[in-house]
Amino acid sequence: MAQADQQNPSDEQEVMKGTSAVAKGVMAANPDVVSAYPITPQTGVVEKLSELVADGKLDSEFIKVDSEFNAASTCIGASAAGARAFSATSSQGLKLMSEPLFTAAGMRLPIVMAVANRSLSAPLSIWADHTDAFAERDGGMLQFHAEDVQEAIDHVLLGFRVAEQVNLPALSNFDGFILTHVQEPANIPTEEEVSEFLPPREPEYTLDPSDPKTMGAYARPEHWTESRYEIQRAMMESREVWADAVEEFKDVFGRDYTEYGGMLDTYYADDADHIIVAMGSIAGTIRNVVDAYREDGEKVGMVRPRVFRPFPAPELRDALADAESVAVLTKEMSPGYESAFAGEIKGALYHAESQPPVKSYVLGMAGRDVKPEDIADIIEDVKTATPKMDFDESESWPQLRPELLKGGDA
Amino acid sequence: MYQIRIHGRGGQGSVTLAQLLAQAGHEDGIWSQATPSFGVERRGAPVEAYVRYSDEKITERSHVEEPDCVIVQDTSLLEYVDVTEGLSDDGILLVNTDADPEDVDIDTDAEIVTVDATEIALENLGRPIMNTALLGAFAGATDKLSTESLEAVITRKFEGEIGQKNVAATTDAYTEVHA
Repeated sequence: MAQADQQNPSDEQEVMKGTSAVAKGVMAANPDVVSAYPITPQTGVVEKLSELVADGKLDSEFIKVDSEFNAASTCIGASAAGARAFSATSSQGLKLMSEPLFTAAGMRLPIVMAVANRSLSAPLSIWADHTDAFAERDGGMLQFHAEDVQEAIDHVLLGFRVAEQVNLPALSNFDGFILTHVQEPANIPTEEEVSEFLPPREPEYTLDPSDPKTMGAYARPEHWTESRYEIQRAMMESREVWADAVEEFKDVFGRDYTEYGGMLDTYYADDADHIIVAMGSIAGTIRNVVDAYREDGEKVGMVRPRVFRPFPAPELRDALADAESVAVLTKEMSPGYESAFAGEIKGALYHAESQPPVKSYVLGMAGRDVKPEDIADIIEDVKTATPKMDFDESESWPQLRPELLKGGDA
Repeated sequence: MYQIRIHGRGGQGSVTLAQLLAQAGHEDGIWSQATPSFGVERRGAPVEAYVRYSDEKITERSHVEEPDCVIVQDTSLLEYVDVTEGLSDDGILLVNTDADPEDVDIDTDAEIVTVDATEIALENLGRPIMNTALLGAFAGATDKLSTESLEAVITRKFEGEIGQKNVAATTDAYTEVHA
């Protein structure tokens, strides 16, 4: 779908920093509780929210804490008491939240978080990649990846809507600096629009001193498996809930995320011989490279998972199965194997009638700039990929600087 | 697409200048994108910021490598940074200096435009914060932005008297550069 189609020219757009825009979107969702700890490049989100609370523009409890562990734990308590709870973090902060976030999933609490994606130490880096988000893959949190500031706002709203229906926490990912610190036009949803789309939370159970109960306490081997299975079932059910949510989102806000039930966004993928798969802001640069190839008459396309958990396996199978080759561009990898993203895509294609060769390209790590030429080089490379590649040929790090490596080469 | 690269030093307001350029472009109905390229985030360290303008939605996220305009906030950078890298031959190199264009020691086919933005800032604001003067100089040199939009974004960012002083700095620089 062409990006231009997603613009509604009648809407009033504002140019503001990505973090401020996300904070304004959160404000429109009217959270009861916000608790967070500052970390670059997320800080602007909660800084703005604390300002809005202090100025009396947002009627939320802003709970200051001494760490991300405490921020996530505070959200757990608030959410268990029935509140709509929001937090935001990045990188090491997300690592520190990891333990309470797995707990939140097990307690089935629909906390929504904006994650300004950033690499993990060491070495220390403040810049964007997806290592932090992928490290939380198995927790039971819904995960989405935004391509631009508008989606970073909208995914938070969709996140609340879906999380509160399926009772799972959600991580709304947007690339650090690239989207947190950019200023570009975006529609800031009003509280009226959001209240039409997002009704007040109606929790099934809440902690209430007058009606005591225990949540997330202790499960013996004869009970624990079922609680984990329920998370899996909720994840699978969330696919349909998400599909309904993007339909209604389109009706209320005019922005159309309904392709593939809201799971994928594709660009010239229908008839493409060679398809790039990528998540997040890199997709914007890829679009321009696809345009250049199409002008030369070459059938190149892009498929961008908007949702990463639940994983859009059936949709990817449909979108990729007819391609001659698939290049997975990814800002993470799992040392000792390969890109986790690429591995999951290959898994999704295992039951397809035909399996195109899938080659992964690890790039854009810790904010390394990805240029259009980098993407064009990858397209040229993946054209030569064959289904029976050796394992060590199936992944490439095209931006490696051999002069920095021990021994001077890879 | 029209692309701008700003070279400055941490603390000189390169990011603010990029943001003002984007907001003024948006005010004029152009799709505008401002992106900082944070380096070491230290006062005095060389920094870059980028602005893109287009009639269509901008999806590009890479750094600006082939600018149509380069803005140099501080000539002491010229010794360390090749500010003309990738600059279009038809482009404009806008330099904050008291020197005339022919006396600027930069080898480029692009048009060199100079403005003493620091002096204009000192006169109007009493402080050497030159980004609003450079905003005016950019508009004067390129005719890309309307003076109404410049005033609108400046008074929105800086309220009251300080806003008016910045508008005056912008107008002075615009007038000095505008042919």
